[in-house]
Amino acid sequence: MTLKYDFDWPMLLEDPYREWIIEGFINTVYLSLMAWGIALMIGIFIGTIRMTRSPMLRFIGTVYVEFFRNIPLLVQLFVWFFVFPLMLPHDWMMSWNRLPHVPFLTALLALSLFTAARVAEHIRSGISSIPKGQFDAATSSGLTQVQMYRYVIIPYAFRVMIPTIASEFLTIFKNSALTLTIGVSEITSAAKSIEAWSFHGIEAYSVASVTYMTTTATVVLFMGWLEHRLRIPGLIAKK
Amino acid sequence: MDWSVIINNLPFLMKGLWMSVKLATLVVIFAFPLACLIAVGRISTRRWVRYPSAIFVNAMRSNPLILIVFWFFFLVPLITGKPVGDFASVMIGFVVFFSAYFTEIIRSGIQSVGRNQIQAGLSTGLTYFQTMRMIILPQALRNMMPALITECVIVFQGTTIAYVVGLREFLNSTFLITEVTLRPAELYTFAAFVYFVVCFAGSSLARQLEKRQVRT
Repeated sequence: MTLKYDFDWPMLLEDPYREWIIEGFINTVYLSLMAWGIALMIGIFIGTIRMTRSPMLRFIGTVYVEFFRNIPLLVQLFVWFFVFPLMLPHDWMMSWNRLPHVPFLTALLALSLFTAARVAEHIRSGISSIPKGQFDAATSSGLTQVQMYRYVIIPYAFRVMIPTIASEFLTIFKNSALTLTIGVSEITSAAKSIEAWSFHGIEAYSVASVTYMTTTATVVLFMGWLEHRLRIPGLIAKK
Repeated sequence: MDWSVIINNLPFLMKGLWMSVKLATLVVIFAFPLACLIAVGRISTRRWVRYPSAIFVNAMRSNPLILIVFWFFFLVPLITGKPVGDFASVMIGFVVFFSAYFTEIIRSGIQSVGRNQIQAGLSTGLTYFQTMRMIILPQALRNMMPALITECVIVFQGTTIAYVVGLREFLNSTFLITEVTLRPAELYTFAAFVYFVVCFAGSSLARQLEKRQVRT
């Protein structure tokens, strides 16, 4: 083994590397948080229509989930980036291309729609875990189906699903690394550029790895605490 | 839309698809036995075995695959001291990364069998490894089949990431053709369609197995 490598950790604090790291970190966090928020909204909607009595709505929900889950995210990114603008009417395409930060917006679109399908699956299994009596009770107290979901089922299911929703944030946080392929300057792309400029791959990739690992650890700890706070008495045994 | 661009370049695209399938298959073949070992380490009673396995699994699972690929693309030539080729570097990265995910599936599969099976095996005079091999693993394997197939689909989807280091798998082949023909709409739609068909078949199989298990 001929391991020849000169470590140079302080270089990470010099410009332009320091700037790239800060920019990359901000973009990663910003992109993941926004995509997570949108994915939760769409995911809750799709997950809920998959539980309704209408076969039509259920079918739409199933098609959505199967479609987005069975195409690799990187391919979806390319489709949104290269194909989607071509499908728009000409005027729209021009105004889309004129928008600032097209790669960021494309990444946001692709990540949210992809993750929404995963969230929808979690929502469905969360709702399936609710005892049937809750549905009966809501219906018999005169709530409409929408009201039943809005006031009884979703608040209940939401608390059951906190761990999976948190893990979806971590999934999105990691998946956001793929957006470097369409030119979003997030943390992995910052690491890649530093490696390309300085040939100090170990230092460069460590920055990105440490970012992902500390974020994961923080979210896991925070969610453990939140889960404990919000647990439904009697549903999950006390530790 | 002019679909002839796909027909004309079909041999090149299919070569790319074959590369994706080959990569995914090899990754599963190497990652699975490795994961079996780590999973046994993960549930070991010895701390010096359990902790390193847990650290490895959690480190892999909290990093994105694309970053792991970059790491190995940089590290493998550095450690071996000579270029080993794109395919080998990418494959090692994939095997290490996915072995962590397979480990978690195998671990929960083993734990689903139950402790008294192990005790029963040990009390009939089998050694620990015999108990694992002849009693626990066959049952665990059946329980975790749906999750394993789903993970294989994820491995296949993951092979697209080899695109970033220029390995000529299906997505990269599609990309190269779009560079020449300037017809991204048809080509990426076709690529999405092919990935969908393969992955949908895989996930439907997993779902069927799961349904059958619930019934029995």
